[in-house]
Amino acid sequence: MSESPQPVSDETLHAYVDGQLDTARAVEVEAWLAENMEAAERVRAWRAQNRALQALLDPVLDEAVPARLTESLQRPRRVRPWRAAAAVAWMVIGALAGYALHDWRTPPVVVATPFFERAAVAHVVYAAEVLHPVEVSAEQQSHLVQWLSKRLGRELRTPDFAPLGYQLVGGRLLPGDKGPAAQFMYQDARGARLTLYVSTPGPDAQPTAFRYEKEAGTRVLYWVDRDLGFALVGELEQARLLDVAHLAYQAFNF
Amino acid sequence: MDSHPFEEHIPRLRRYARALLRDVTRADDLVQDTLERALTKYALFRRGTDLRAWLFTIMHNFHINQIRTASYRAVTVEYDDAEMTPEQTNDPTALRDLAIALEQLAPEHREVLVLVGVEQLTYGEAASVLGVPIGTVMSRLSRARERLAAVLSGEAAPYLRRVK
Repeated sequence: MSESPQPVSDETLHAYVDGQLDTARAVEVEAWLAENMEAAERVRAWRAQNRALQALLDPVLDEAVPARLTESLQRPRRVRPWRAAAAVAWMVIGALAGYALHDWRTPPVVVATPFFERAAVAHVVYAAEVLHPVEVSAEQQSHLVQWLSKRLGRELRTPDFAPLGYQLVGGRLLPGDKGPAAQFMYQDARGARLTLYVSTPGPDAQPTAFRYEKEAGTRVLYWVDRDLGFALVGELEQARLLDVAHLAYQAFNF
Repeated sequence: MDSHPFEEHIPRLRRYARALLRDVTRADDLVQDTLERALTKYALFRRGTDLRAWLFTIMHNFHINQIRTASYRAVTVEYDDAEMTPEQTNDPTALRDLAIALEQLAPEHREVLVLVGVEQLTYGEAASVLGVPIGTVMSRLSRARERLAAVLSGEAAPYLRRVK
C-alpha cells in the first residue's frame, strides 16, 4: 500500500498545521495531502492564518517595554528586606491599636497631621452624593488606579474589602494638604459607604500606629505608612473600622 | 540590578494582551494586572513547570473576569478611539482587516487562535492556560479558524453585533 488509504481527520490536519504531530505522523500526513488536494488547500489556508496573525502581532515583541511594567516587578523586591521589620512593627501596631481602641476617646498624644480632617470632610461631602459619588467608577478600576497613582506619584492600590462586605464604588482626585490626594469609595449591600483617603503628608511625616478621631460627625481611623497618609472614614463601629484598616494596610504592603 | 524571572516574558505577555485587547494602554494595563497578581501568587508557583504558561493562565483568568464585568464593553468604547496609536492606524490594509476580524471573534476563539498560532503553545499547554480539556481546545480551534475565514471574507456577521 503506497498510498495511505485511511482518511486523515480534520483534527489531525489542524495538529499537522500547528506542528503538534511527531515527525513520523507528520510525514504520513504530508504524503496523504499530496493525494488530497481539497484537504491540502484547507491546510494551506490555516497556515496562512497563522502567518498573518504572527505578522499582525509579532511587532509587539520589538516594542520597548513600558517602564511601568518592569517597575511593577522591581517594587516589591525592594520592599522585601523590609518585611521582617514590618512583621514586628505590625505586632506593635496591633498592640497600640488595641490600646487606642480600648480608650479611643482620649485625644492622641502625638499631634496629628491634618490630612485626616480633610479625609473626614471629603467623606461627608461625597459619601452623601447620590448621582456623582465618584469621578471614575469601579468598572474602570485599572484606569482609576493608574490615573490616581500618576497624580500622587505613588503606586496606589484599591484594597479588596469584599471579605468584609464592601465593594469598590470608584474614586476621585481631591486637593490634599501638600498636593493631590485620592479618595476611594466603598459601599456595602445596604448602601452604607466608607472611604479610603490617601495623601502624601510630606517628607517629615513619621510612620504612626492606627489612630482614631471623631471628625465632621463621622469616624476616622488614620495612619502614616512610609510616605503615604491613609484615612479610613465611615460610620462604622470601631472594631469593624479596624478590620477594614488591616485589609488596607496589607494591600499596600504585600 | 538583577532582573526578575518574569521580566523576560513581558514582551510575549504584551503580544498576547494586544491580541485580546487591541488598545495599547488597556493591553498594558492587563499585563500590569497580570504581573502584579503573579507576584502575589509566586509562592504557589511550582518550580519545574512552565513559567510562561503559568503567567498566561493568570492573564487569561484576569481577562475573562474583565469580560464578565457587565458594563465592561460599554465603558471601554470611548477609550478605543481616543487612544489609537499611529502604529495601529498605519497598519497595511490587510493587517488592519485582520485586526478588525480578530476583534469580531468570540473571546474564546481569539484566545485559542493566538495561543496556538502565535504563541505556539502545544494543545496541552493551551488547555491548561484556558482551563478546558484538550478536546475543547481542538474543537474551538477548528471553529475559530472557520469563523476567522468567514469574517475575513465578509460571510459572517460580527460576534456580538446585531447588524440589521
